[in-house]
Amino acid sequence: MIAPFTDSSTLVAGIVGIGFGFALERAGLGSAPKLAGQFTLTDFTVFKVMFTAIVVAMLGAFWASRLGLLDLARVYVPETFLAPQLIGGAVFGAGFALAGLCPGTSCVSAATGRGDGLAVVLGFLAGVAGTASLLPILQSFYLSTPRGTLLLPDVLGVPYGVVVLAVVLAAGAGFAIAERIEARMARRTG
Amino acid sequence: MSGAARARGASANVHAYASPYATGAGLGVVLLASYILAGRGIGATGAFAVVAAKTIGTALPDAVAANAWLAERATGAILGDWLVVEIIGVAFGGFLSAALAGRLRLGVDRGPRLGIASRLAIAASGGAIMGFGAVFARGCTSGQALTGGALLSTGSWLFVAGAFGAGYLTMFFARRAWT
Repeated sequence: MIAPFTDSSTLVAGIVGIGFGFALERAGLGSAPKLAGQFTLTDFTVFKVMFTAIVVAMLGAFWASRLGLLDLARVYVPETFLAPQLIGGAVFGAGFALAGLCPGTSCVSAATGRGDGLAVVLGFLAGVAGTASLLPILQSFYLSTPRGTLLLPDVLGVPYGVVVLAVVLAAGAGFAIAERIEARMARRTG
Repeated sequence: MSGAARARGASANVHAYASPYATGAGLGVVLLASYILAGRGIGATGAFAVVAAKTIGTALPDAVAANAWLAERATGAILGDWLVVEIIGVAFGGFLSAALAGRLRLGVDRGPRLGIASRLAIAASGGAIMGFGAVFARGCTSGQALTGGALLSTGSWLFVAGAFGAGYLTMFFARRAWT
């Protein structure tokens, strides 16, 4: 039997969630000042954790697919809506820099006793509820530039493996730059 | 970051955190396991959307019935939703890790210049702004950046570009909240 097994059981959901939350807290991503350091250029933990995770999951999925163990076509890929995702991403990033936490990490922050984490959880919930309530009048932008499931290899016209390699190389270069900037900022502030 | 900021904000046990590369690799394995076992990645926004739809539906059922986006998310039992169960797991996993490391602490993490009330107000506002962005982006750092990013979804990488670009731009003006 070839994966994915599309097991929708709550047991899998719970175990995946526990692993996710455990990893975030281990790295220090339940603490808002640490995440904010990504944007003040003093602490690149967000970038390092995010891109290591992307590289590992991407390489795992790519090789499992090549070896015939995983049918990637049956793994759910979020659909692309060009403008809403670029603009929505930008609005999200502005809120992220202010909050110092993203939705997932705010749950970890709140669960480990931080009041600011709880404030982000409640603010995010209110933001989602408010925006969803306004969607009927914002519908035209919400549904604009739909592209369905659109993968980078198709956009760039190169094989899947080439994009995988490019992401690995870009992440590696990013890690080297991040280490360099962190060392420089640590020297500057003592 | 000044010494005072480190002591007050990032806390004294900042060095006790595990390597970001090791934890990132662990997170990548969890994400891969999710693709393999469930045929889908991780997420956070979707869970909040279900809770929001259910909450509005309790107070204003007609409003939810008239809103397709909310109505779609208000059907079914709340604890039957995959992402809701997953996000409860996230909170529990974070709690477990902090408990094992002695990092459970009641308090408000903030920059050295901010009082508790201002920090909570900025945190809630930042959260609300993220909520607006995440609805349009169809996800956040979990569902787009990690899950869609590792599957090479174009929209997910647009989300990453927008989020980091605007994050740095915003911090140019909001620096004093953190330093």
